[in-house]
Amino acid sequence: MKVSPAAIVALCGTCALALLPAVVPPYYAGLMIPFFGYAIALLGFNLLFGYTGQLSFGHAMFLGFGAYGAAVMSGVLGIKSFELVLLTVMVASAAIALPMGLLCVRYVGIFFGMLTLAFGMLFHSFLFKFYSVTGGDSGMRVPRMNILGLEFAQYNKIEFLAGPFYYYCLGILVVAGFVMWRIVHSPFGLHLRTIRDNARKAEYLGVHVHRFRLAAFVISAAFGAAGGAILGFRIGLADPELVYWTQSGQLVFMAVLGGFANFFGPIIGALTFTLLQDQLQSLTEYWRFVLGAILALIVIGFPEGIAGLANDLWRRLARRVA
Amino acid sequence: MTVLLETRNLSKVFDAFRALDRVNLAIHDGELVSVVGPNGAGKTTLVNLLTGLLAPTDGQVLFMGKNISGVGPVELAEHGLARAFQLIQIFPKLTVAETIAAAVISRQKKRWRLFSRLAADDPINKRVGEVAGIFGLRHRLDTVSAVLSQGEKKLLDVASAFALDPQVILLDEPTSGVSTADKHTIMKTLIAAAKLAGVKAIVLIEHDMDLVAAYSHRIIALSEGQVLADLPPDRFFSDPHLIETVIGKRRGH
Repeated sequence: MKVSPAAIVALCGTCALALLPAVVPPYYAGLMIPFFGYAIALLGFNLLFGYTGQLSFGHAMFLGFGAYGAAVMSGVLGIKSFELVLLTVMVASAAIALPMGLLCVRYVGIFFGMLTLAFGMLFHSFLFKFYSVTGGDSGMRVPRMNILGLEFAQYNKIEFLAGPFYYYCLGILVVAGFVMWRIVHSPFGLHLRTIRDNARKAEYLGVHVHRFRLAAFVISAAFGAAGGAILGFRIGLADPELVYWTQSGQLVFMAVLGGFANFFGPIIGALTFTLLQDQLQSLTEYWRFVLGAILALIVIGFPEGIAGLANDLWRRLARRVA
Repeated sequence: MTVLLETRNLSKVFDAFRALDRVNLAIHDGELVSVVGPNGAGKTTLVNLLTGLLAPTDGQVLFMGKNISGVGPVELAEHGLARAFQLIQIFPKLTVAETIAAAVISRQKKRWRLFSRLAADDPINKRVGEVAGIFGLRHRLDTVSAVLSQGEKKLLDVASAFALDPQVILLDEPTSGVSTADKHTIMKTLIAAAKLAGVKAIVLIEHDMDLVAAYSHRIIALSEGQVLADLPPDRFFSDPHLIETVIGKRRGH
């Protein structure tokens, strides 16, 4: 059987991530939880951006649906099963994205971007102003939940995040990655890519442009909520900051940094961003300045991001060997 | 002969401008019909109406007896009417195989298969190979469309439309942007491919009179939104006044 390069990358990546908690201090393993959250959200984000060609500037809203959904379910309703919470917030997020998408997918380019941004800001101000429901700027607590029906009561929070929850999130990322891989390599996925490249021509080949953009939007919303629930679980708080438009910008940043033209690019981007942010924050208070400079360099020097750069190097190496 | 595509008193008004005025025409099984006329005669409007992109102000477009006025491109493709554009339309980042596969997916109604592997779908891949073979693109299947030559891009554009197994295909200046030397090669490939693919009729929008004379069974001349003539080529080209109207005005622009 022929093994595809993508399968090798996925396998090596998964193994490296699985071994990580054994070799690094718990602090760093815990730091990987937001990476998992962002990576899962970005898989969905990139179905919309990299594969369908629709750049959303309001995607943090879906992170918010996940985090606040988790807060409501566990904090208010007392549901302890994280799996149930995950599934519910994904379905709810998709259901909310449906009417929103019906409006948004009629627009492309900057207009789609601005509309999604507007929805994101609306949700943010709702969270901020409806203090009695959402806790306003202090957010809503996300109590610890059970994973796979187990409480892990003997672990303190850091141990729990760096241990069982780490592997749990890795598992979700692997499943989410596999599902997304199948989607982009399906007939459905090919039709999405025709829309990205030339929507007019696609129509004449029988591609349902609006419906498919909507489907990509809804799927990306579900992935976004899953990522958001993980982020909320980790901090123990659903915070309006998570929904602020700068967070949406951060998602775009990660996708571009890693390379949105490559399936693994956004995951690489999420990893690089998380580590970079942590390191820079401990080095300088001007970390945003450095991040901005790095993004500018990437866009100018390596428009295909880290994944594109790696691909280039690999090809050059292969040519030299051959 | 069966009528495949037909217009009845088809009119289109843009604000005060009457782009098409009560056009009646019929395309029959087995025909290649050319639509000619000077710039502004209403050719493009006619194609846009025939392909359901625009809704008529008045009148109807019938395809195999069904009213398809303004149904839109997707439904049109499902009915069996395909269109290739004047300006080459490709998917720059997709390969030749993927471009053709997009149409085959629509044709085989597999578009909502979210989790099945396209690479493992034999009926799709078989059909993609066949269509690419007809257009001489088989050796290019894994090539990204953006790097194809101009002529190959044109062939791919049309090949993807043919992959819908259309009954009728509308070719809007299929040889524009192609070198003079390649024009006849492309036309011959297209016509041979149409026969192989089971296309029953071709509507050719063309201003190159060489091509019109060489390949048409019938010529419909439009002028100022109206049908000026609907004649076989020999009778069309023996009428100097008609040629003057269709070609002469072009030179005046």
